[in-house]
Amino acid sequence: MTVSPPADAPAEPTFAELVGPALPWLYGLARRLVGADHAEDLVQECLLRAYRARRDLRDTAAVAAWLRRILVNLSHDRARRDDRRVAEVPVEDVEGWSLYRTLIAEDPLPYSDSLHLDFLESFGVEDVWAVLDRLPAIYRIPLVLVHMEGYSAREVADIQDTPLGTVLSRLARGRKHFERELWHYAEETHLLTTPAGAPS
Amino acid sequence: MITCQQAVRRFWSFLEEELDDETRGRLEEHLAFCRTCCGELEFARELRRMLAEAPAGAVPADVQRRLDAFVAGLGGSS
Repeated sequence: MTVSPPADAPAEPTFAELVGPALPWLYGLARRLVGADHAEDLVQECLLRAYRARRDLRDTAAVAAWLRRILVNLSHDRARRDDRRVAEVPVEDVEGWSLYRTLIAEDPLPYSDSLHLDFLESFGVEDVWAVLDRLPAIYRIPLVLVHMEGYSAREVADIQDTPLGTVLSRLARGRKHFERELWHYAEETHLLTTPAGAPS
Repeated sequence: MITCQQAVRRFWSFLEEELDDETRGRLEEHLAFCRTCCGELEFARELRRMLAEAPAGAVPADVQRRLDAFVAGLGGSS
């Protein structure tokens, strides 16, 4: 005997209704993980995979977490494909460098009372994204997941099937990379020509 | 007493509250007399906040249109 749902039972949401509200933040996350040039592709890849696996989603209230997991896994797969030829940066190239001490030595904002804070405040959202885009994915992805998305290093290690020590090492180098690219970006774009808050 | 290099290496773990009591104690002991490291720790704190608070930003309108069309093309039925 076939049991029909009650006549007044709410209709199952369509796939479009399920994922539509998630598209903005999904794109934002993809943007951070793989950069502007590849974010749209990654979201489409995520949506396609989600569509094919939609029967696996038991609880529609968990769709956001489900999509996030698919997207993060895909970003890791992509990074492994793309960065296979990228060697880890030697520790001595990165570890000894300090943006803070460079700012003190270079003094790019001579009229500033809080040089290092004014330096960071010179960066708008688009500038931060542009700097993140400069990092190799091997460093950018753990940095974004841990320091922007709230994952623990252990969770990233599990997602990437990588030893925790490796993830911690890449986080440390990624932060140093980020600092160094902040400085290079500021130099290249003349971000420090005008001190933050001063009339241009 | 730990060195400045050793102290700096521990800053982010300190900010994430991941240091054990002994290591944190040695770092705080160093910070008690090293102004430069105190300044660098404050800088690391601000850098961490910069990353954590960077907003995702809006989806460009053309990207939103293409993604909506892509989803529609996958099928509107569940």
